[in-house]
This record gives sequence, C-alpha cells and structure tokens, in this order.
Amino acid sequence: MNGSSILKRREASLALIIVMVMAAVGVRAPIFLAPATQLNVLIDTSILFMLVLGQTVVLLTRGIDLSVAANLALTGMIVGLVARAAPGLPIAAVIGLAIAVGLVLGLINGFLVAVVGIPPIVATLGTLAIYRGTIFILDGGAWLTQADMSKAFLHFPNATLLGLPHMVWLAIVVSIAMWVFLNFTRRGRMLYAVGGNPVAARYCGIDLARQQLLVYAISGMIAGLCGYLWVSRYGIAYVELASGYEMTVIAACVIGGVSFSGGIGTVPGALLGGLFLGIIANALPVIGVSPFWQMAISGFVILTAVIVNARTDKPASKIILSEAKRAAVGPR
Amino acid sequence: MTIEPMVDSNEPPVLALSGVCKRFPGMTVLQGVGFTLRRGEVTALIGENGAGKSTLVKILTGIYGLDEGEICVGGQSVHFASARAAWAAGITAIHQEPVMFDELSVAENVFMGHMSVTGAGLVDWRGMQDRTNEILHLLEAGFSATTPLKLLGVAEKHLVEIARALSHDSRVVIMDEPTAALSTREVDDLIRIVGRLKAQGRAILFISHKFEEIFRIADRWVCLRDGRQVGSGAIADVTSADLVKLMVGRSIGNVFPTRETAVGEPTLQVDGLSNATEFADLSFVLHKGEILGLYGLVGSGRSEALQALFGLSRPTRGVIRIDGKVVAIHSPADAIAAGLAYVPEDRQTQGAVLAFSIVENVTLASLRRHSSGAFLMRDRETATARSVAERFAVKARNLDQALGDLSGGNQQKVVIGKWIATNPRILILDEPTKGIDIGSKAAVHAFMAELTAAGVAIILISSELPEVMGMSDSILVMHEGRVVRRLTRAEATPELIVTAAAGTLESNVA
Amino acid sequence: MSQFSSSPESGAVHAGAATRLRGLLLRWETALVLLLAAAIAVNSVISPYFLDIYNLSDATTNFSEQAIVALPMTLLILVGEIDLSVAAIIAVVSLAIGVCSDQGMAPYGLMLVGLAVGALCGAFNGALVAGLRLPSIVVTIGTMSLFRGIAQVALGDQAITNYAPEFQSFGQGYVVSWPPVPNSFALFLGLALVFGVVLHRTRYGRALYAIGNNAVAARFSGLNVARTRFVLFVMSGLLCGLASVLLTARIGSTRPNIATGWELSIVTMVVLGGVSFEGGKGTIPGVVLAIFILGTITWGLSLVNFAGIEISVVIGAILIVTIAAPLVLKRLARRFASGSS
Repeated sequence: MNGSSILKRREASLALIIVMVMAAVGVRAPIFLAPATQLNVLIDTSILFMLVLGQTVVLLTRGIDLSVAANLALTGMIVGLVARAAPGLPIAAVIGLAIAVGLVLGLINGFLVAVVGIPPIVATLGTLAIYRGTIFILDGGAWLTQADMSKAFLHFPNATLLGLPHMVWLAIVVSIAMWVFLNFTRRGRMLYAVGGNPVAARYCGIDLARQQLLVYAISGMIAGLCGYLWVSRYGIAYVELASGYEMTVIAACVIGGVSFSGGIGTVPGALLGGLFLGIIANALPVIGVSPFWQMAISGFVILTAVIVNARTDKPASKIILSEAKRAAVGPR
Repeated sequence: MTIEPMVDSNEPPVLALSGVCKRFPGMTVLQGVGFTLRRGEVTALIGENGAGKSTLVKILTGIYGLDEGEICVGGQSVHFASARAAWAAGITAIHQEPVMFDELSVAENVFMGHMSVTGAGLVDWRGMQDRTNEILHLLEAGFSATTPLKLLGVAEKHLVEIARALSHDSRVVIMDEPTAALSTREVDDLIRIVGRLKAQGRAILFISHKFEEIFRIADRWVCLRDGRQVGSGAIADVTSADLVKLMVGRSIGNVFPTRETAVGEPTLQVDGLSNATEFADLSFVLHKGEILGLYGLVGSGRSEALQALFGLSRPTRGVIRIDGKVVAIHSPADAIAAGLAYVPEDRQTQGAVLAFSIVENVTLASLRRHSSGAFLMRDRETATARSVAERFAVKARNLDQALGDLSGGNQQKVVIGKWIATNPRILILDEPTKGIDIGSKAAVHAFMAELTAAGVAIILISSELPEVMGMSDSILVMHEGRVVRRLTRAEATPELIVTAAAGTLESNVA
Repeated sequence: MSQFSSSPESGAVHAGAATRLRGLLLRWETALVLLLAAAIAVNSVISPYFLDIYNLSDATTNFSEQAIVALPMTLLILVGEIDLSVAAIIAVVSLAIGVCSDQGMAPYGLMLVGLAVGALCGAFNGALVAGLRLPSIVVTIGTMSLFRGIAQVALGDQAITNYAPEFQSFGQGYVVSWPPVPNSFALFLGLALVFGVVLHRTRYGRALYAIGNNAVAARFSGLNVARTRFVLFVMSGLLCGLASVLLTARIGSTRPNIATGWELSIVTMVVLGGVSFEGGKGTIPGVVLAIFILGTITWGLSLVNFAGIEISVVIGAILIVTIAAPLVLKRLARRFASGSS
C-alpha cells in the first residue's frame, strides 16, 4: 500500500531464493522439509528475527547499534543473577526486568548519539566493550549454568501455546508490533523520513534527536528480551555469550534489503534476511555440509545482496532532452 | 484575469512584513524589506540571483530567524521558531528543488509531519490517501496518492509540493521559482493551478525570473536588489522594461568592463557533443581571447554539457578539438592537462574545500606543480596563493585562514584563483557571480577581461541576463538540452534571449 | 562594499570559532600527550615492574600488529571509508601462509605470500567500493564474513602449527638486542614514520584530506578519487598481510579464529587518535599517541592483574569520554555564549 513496487519485488525475489534453497535442500534431505524440522528452524531463528527488527529501526535513521549482542549478554547475566537470588520470581517479572534492563542500556546509546552527538558507530562500539566488560565485573567471570536457574526460568521459552513454543510466539508478537509501528503510526513513518532525507524531515518539523532516542530504546528493549530468552533456552550465561552476534544481525539486515544510508527497509524484508541465515545454519548439517561453510556463505550472500540492491537503487540520470523525456515516460 | 475573488479592503493583510533584516557573518543579505500579501492575490517577488529572495523564503518558512523587523500574520505579530510554527500560521513553501522523501509514497510526502490518525492512534492511510487523491484531482495530476515519489518527474514533484501546501490549508503559499525546470506546457498547467489557488482566496508569493509568467499571473510585485527592497506596486502599472531596470539597478553598458574584442584564432572546437538524456548536438567554436556566453534556465542542460566537456561525465557522442587536434578527455585530470579549467556552479559543494586554508584551496588543482617529487613545497604554495590573493584583493586575515570563514565573494575569488593557478588556456565559468556581492562581482568581471586580453578563451555560463549580455562576444541560448539560438553581441537583445531560453521560439536555429 | 566592514561583530565571532577549532585540533594531540603521561605515571606508581625495559619491550608486541593495520585504517577513515574486514584478511592470510608452509615453502617466500594475499583481499574490497561505488561499511561487513568463512571452511576445527623456527623468528625476534626492540614494533615505528611523512608532507596526503573533506570538489579539481580509494584498500590489505605474517610467526599457529575482534580494537585506536568518521580530520601523530595510550593502559592494568575484559571496559569508557568531551564542551560554550548575550 505504501511500499514501492521495487521494494516488494526485492522481497519477493529474496523469498523466492529462500524457497529455492529450501527445495534444493529438501531434494537432498527430505527430512528438512518435515514440519518438525521447520519448526525447529523457526525456534532457532526466533531470537535473530527479533534482533534484526531492532537493528532495522536503528538503520532506518542512518544509525547502527553494534552493542546489541553485548546488551543481550549483559541483560541475560543480570536476569540470571536476579533469578538465582530470587528463584520464586514470577516469569512475567523476569521478562519485565529483562526488557527494563535492555531499555536502560539502549537509552544509554540513545543518549550518547542523540544528546551528546557521538557518531552511532563510535558510541555503540564503546558501549559494546563496556557492557560486555560489566558482565565480568558482575560475576567475576564465573558461569551461570542450568543449576543456577529455576525450572520455571528454564521452561518458559520452550513451553508451548497452541502448538508453538513461547519463543516463537514472542517473535511473532514483536514482528507484528514492529510492522504496525513502522507502517501505521506517525512516529514509525517519521523514521523513514528522518533517514531518507534529514533536511526535508527538518522542514517537516520532525525532531531528529527524539527519533534517535526512540530507536536505540527499541533496539535495547528487544536485545534485553532476547537476553533472557538466550540464557534460558541454552541454560547458560557467561561473559562471551553471543559474542560477535551483532555482525550476524547486521548481515541479516543487509540481506533483507535494509539500507545503511537510511530510510529503506521493511519488516518483511528484515525477517526474510533473518530467515535466510536461519535456514542456511540449519540446512548445512542436514545435507552433510560442514557448518564451517555457514560464514563464507553468508559473506557471499551479503555481497550479492549489496550489489543487487545498489543496482536497483541507482538514481535515474536527470532527463532534460524532450525526446528522452518521452522515452522515459513511455514504458512507465 | 477572469476570476475575481472577493477582497475586503478592511480585512488585515494575510501576511505583512516590515523592516525585515537578516545578516550572515560578513554580509547583510536582507535589509528593510516590507510588503503585504492579501487574500486572493498573487504577489511576484523579483530580483536577480543573490538579491535575497531565497533567504526571505527561508525566514517566512521558519528555517532562518530574522535579525530585525516584524512579521504579522492576519494582523498578529508572529515569531517562527521552526518550520512547524510557520505551517501552523498557515504558511507553506514550494521549493525550487523539491525537498522530499523519494522512498515514500505521494500521500506520505504530502502528509509527513501532520498525518491524521484513526481513533486507535494508527495512521489513517485510507483517509490520507483519499484526501491526497482529492487534492491531486483538483490539481489534475496524472498520478495517485500511492505512487512512490521516486517515479515522478520534477514537474510532478512540484505538484506534490503544491498538494502539501493545500493539505495544510495554507493561507499563504510561497512558490520559489516553481517553473524553473518546467516545460512550456507544464508551466501553463501550473499557472492554471495558481489561478485556482487564488480563486480559493489564498495569498501567493510567486518568485520567478520569467516576466511572461509574472505578467500572466501576478497582481502585485515586489522587487529586491542586493538585499534591499527597491520597489513594489501593482503589476498593471509597470512594464517588463521597468522591472528589468529596477532589478539590475543600472543600465547594462557601464557596469561591465569594456573589452577590446580582438578575437584570435580558434582554440576549442566542440562538435556534436551529446549524451542520452541531458544534452544533444552541442557544437561551437571558441577563439582565443573570446568570451562565449551560454545562457539557459536552470535545468536546461548547460552545466551538464560543459561538465561532460571537462571529463566529469562521459558524453555518448561528439568530438573535441583543441588547437585543431582531437583530444580525448576522460577525466578532469585529462581536461586540466589539455589546458581546460572549470569553475563549478555550486561553490560550497563542488568548488571549495571549506575546511582547507586559502593556500590549500588555491593549489589543489595544481599540486604537482607545487611539489618537488612527491613533497609539497610550502614556499611555492604560499607564493602562488599570495599572488592570487593580491590579484583578486581577497579579504582575509591571512592565507592560512579556512575558506569557510570567508564571505561568499571571497570564497569564489579563491576558487577562481585555484583554476588560474593551473594556467588554463580555456576557462569555463559556471555561474561565477551567483550569490556574491557587487564588489566581488565586479572583480570577477574585471578579471575575465584581463584574462581574455592575455589570450585566454572563456565560456561563461550564466542565467543572469545583464552579465551574459555585458560580458560575452557571442551567446548561445540553450533550452531542453539543445542550443536553440546563436547570437553575436550586436544582435543580442534581452527579449530574443529570454524567449529563446523559455522555448517559446520553437524554430531550432542549431 | 567590503564584506567584513558591514558586520564586524559577527565576522569576528565567526573567525573566533575558526581559531578555536584550530586550537581544538592542536589540543587533541596535546590532550593525548597528557593522557599518555598520566597513564605512564599511574602505571609506574602502581607497579614497580612497569618501567622495566624488558617488560616494556614485551608490552609492545601486544599491540604492534594491530597498530600496523591502524595506519592504513587511519587513511581510510580520513577519506570517509572504513575497512571492517581487516581481522578476516589476517585470518585468510594466515591460512595461506600455513598452507604454503605445509608445502615446505621457505620463510621469506611465506612472507611474500602473506603480503600478496593480503593485497589481493584489499584489491577485492577496493574494486567493490571504488569500482562499483558500494558503501564500504556494508562491503567490508560482507568480506569480513567471506574471508573469515574461507578460513573456517579450509581449517574447520583444525590448526596449522608446524611452522619452521626461522619463520617464527620474524614474529618473536628483535631488531636490536639492547634496548630490546621487537621486529613488529620496529616495523610499526618505521611504517608510522612513512605514513606520517606521506600524509603530512606530500601532495598525496593533501589529496587525501581534500577527498575526506569534500570528495566532489576534489574530483572537480582533477584528483582521481576512485583510484585513491582503491589504492587505500589495497594498502590496508597489504599491511593486514604483514600483520598476519608477524602474528602467525609470533604465536606459531593458524586457527580460523585468529585475530577475532581486532577490527574493533583497530578502529578504536584510530578514533581515539582523533580521526573523525565525517572524514577529512585526523593525524598520524594523533593515532600513534592513541596507540601508545591504549598499549600503556592495557599493559599497566594487566600488570595489576586486571582481566582482558575489564581492560576493555576501561578502553570503551576512554573512547566515549574522549569523543564526548569536546562535543559537550562545545555545547556548554554555546549555551554560555547565548545565555550571556
């Protein structure tokens, strides 16, 4: 309705590629297409889906959040420590705490970028180091294991509701919320304006700093939520948890057609980018390819995506000649 | 005009300015500007480039604050702290170069910043699109609310901007050279729309260089020159000659240096230079000591053509000869080696490195000459910069001052100096006096005369009529990417040039 | 009419801002010198071992390889680009060296292979960025995965470890035995000198500043912007090759996760050195000072038994504070100026 046909075409072709990859894998190993395997892919990718959406809103404003994985790990550790100290804490409170901690960490980024004026890449590079180091300072480098966590704490993400694990439900809820936010709220549409043309956005009376605070807050909240999910799903929390995962998240955004120069990116595109990486990760072992291929493949796909996106994004040259004008108008 | 809106003379003016002043570091750009806009009237704001029109627009739309004076809307004194405040007061502007969101739909471009929401707090897409389509229908636009903006041409983007103004239900609509990039037919459409806005009782401030349009559409006029208001009145009481005289403020002959037009042998021959979409069949011969004026409206392809000549883009066809020999120019470096120099139109983004000192800017295009091996020779650089600064009387504290700290005129002198430091035989000047003060302007003109006397050939691109006519030995007029008229200095009259440039003269002389 | 006389007041304010800006640029290096002196002073007080010459010499090996890569990174960020694939190039180069070493290639041959493979990787980045005009941040995020992925595919969970002692001496040896200057540190100092001279004394350096400040004006002035970008990426790859040779020789093994996360520490060095992501601003002396500061702090904290991860907190904080301080000061100054007028 509001997305351009080009964007839609881009998402459709990514979806097509994903289907083709799945079909190819399915031919070699039919078990991959079994509902149980597919559900597993979804569960496995749920956290990535959510993080990719958080990163997307940041990228829309020409920002970047390199601290997502560190935020996730720190929040996970804090939640784990609190849950160990208070095993009776209801799970809703645990989740609320995770979101709150993530929000605070996100707002620190937002403050540095929007209020102090530090370039996003520098600010989040710094907080990346600080957040991760704080984990060590909190627990002296010790690990939290399943033994430190209550049953309820560990059980929640995998428990099912209507046949789907909570984790998948959360990813669905976050996706829908983000889709509604980006497409049906004024503030969501303003993000596109701010990233697409900051000068014009100012002419429209949009306050850039407020938008920046908002996107880092969103990214932080999502990272916080994912922190709890990651720790509880894998039953472990330690300093290096999800180390370097920010690059996977960013890679998924690139593949999903979210532009680093701001103003371009959709929820379906970002989700497809995440799905693509999730499928590759899960398909390789199934067809007997070493999982060590995963990174090289994602690198190759990122480069392909960048080149393809750049081709479609290239601005048409100015049309001055009247005959050229006719030619350009004609086929449209 | 067939439509006569009801105008109550007792009603306070929609917008009234008095004593408006605006200063920038080193320059007063507006001083003592005061006029009123009334319901259902079109007021033409005229003036040369650099007269302060754009600054005035930015003040009226809340982008700049004003240093002195008062703005009253509907009789109430107002102070715009932001673009939003100006909207709220019912003022919107349609900018010369549309500032919009290419990736978003037309409806969003129209409603960005004031989208309507449903009861649930969600964006009311339906309502917004319906409203946009209504407005577009009113404007007889050939596209719909859901069209992505990037698929639209310049004229269509202007319609979107007009639609935006209407969506605000603005009482005052400012149009900053809305017709600059439009074809004749598109201009007719626009003028019809302006007529309709007028009939709805809106006040319109219409900025244009084209007298034909002004006389078709405007009721009143205000003229600015060098930041001062030099006159205003009813359009019925003036002729275009009166307005030209007011705008320029002098008769053309005596402000430009008199030059011996001792034109030498041909030095640059361009034959059939073309590219796919911007310009076609540009051919001319430039002689030593000659100034060739290239006149055309913004967007007529003149800069694009000469940038291709300078190696900044690849022409698809055409032969370039210098001193009779065919030269291949694939990059600016090739062009410089062939003896060409190009002073670009946009000083801030293309000409100057604002963070660099005067010395560093002056030697940028001739670094090799200012080094020994790879090493820069500071003494040599300083000597060149000093000679440029003295020759042009550049006003600066010292040669190490950053260019960004100088006034526009002095920046331009340094940028021209950068090209003189390459010892060019052929100098292309693209709007060399745009937006600079009179003193610097005169210095640039005097310098052009001095260069041609020394045998340098100059191509002068300008949309300032007196400049083209006062400086050039011969004039090419471009329209829609083609040369539509060739005139000698003796033949040239303002009417001939303007009509050819506006494309009203369809006979293709080229 | 004179431009300045019409409004002497605002003209003076503007000129004042420029002087202040220049002063600030000067002060950045001054601030770094002070920071370095403070770090050294604190370190020598808290640990009696800090000023020991062998300890110091040892300390340099911990940052020299990264510091070598920081030099071309400085130039890249200066012209508004970035190379996030540096650590991955180091991994690929190490792999190439390892494979050739297993084939029995001589140590100097290995060094050449390292430089060549590095330059090739850099040329690949450069072709994508300068040739296809793609944004370097995205391109090098892609090649970061691609290069590291190639190392992972080739090595799996294996490692190549049987390097000849002669080769290992590249990374472990000293140029002179007293004072003990390690090879890598000497190479870094030499390269820093070359980069400093090129950037601050030659027309190539001037061209880089011009491109970083205003790439369009640089192109209009006849500079070949695309070729410059390409060359810088090749340079980055080449020095990653050198760093990889030194690192592989020093630790005597090639693993797929070699040099993981280095891109971020290298970027930190450059940014702390005063090089701005907006382009056109920064100096080699600034970056060298920043490298010494980071090296000193890291070494000092590790002497008093701080864990690596705790040190990174300190470095992250220093990064943010040093970037934020001038911004905050500028804002306060502006607020003060407008409040008093």
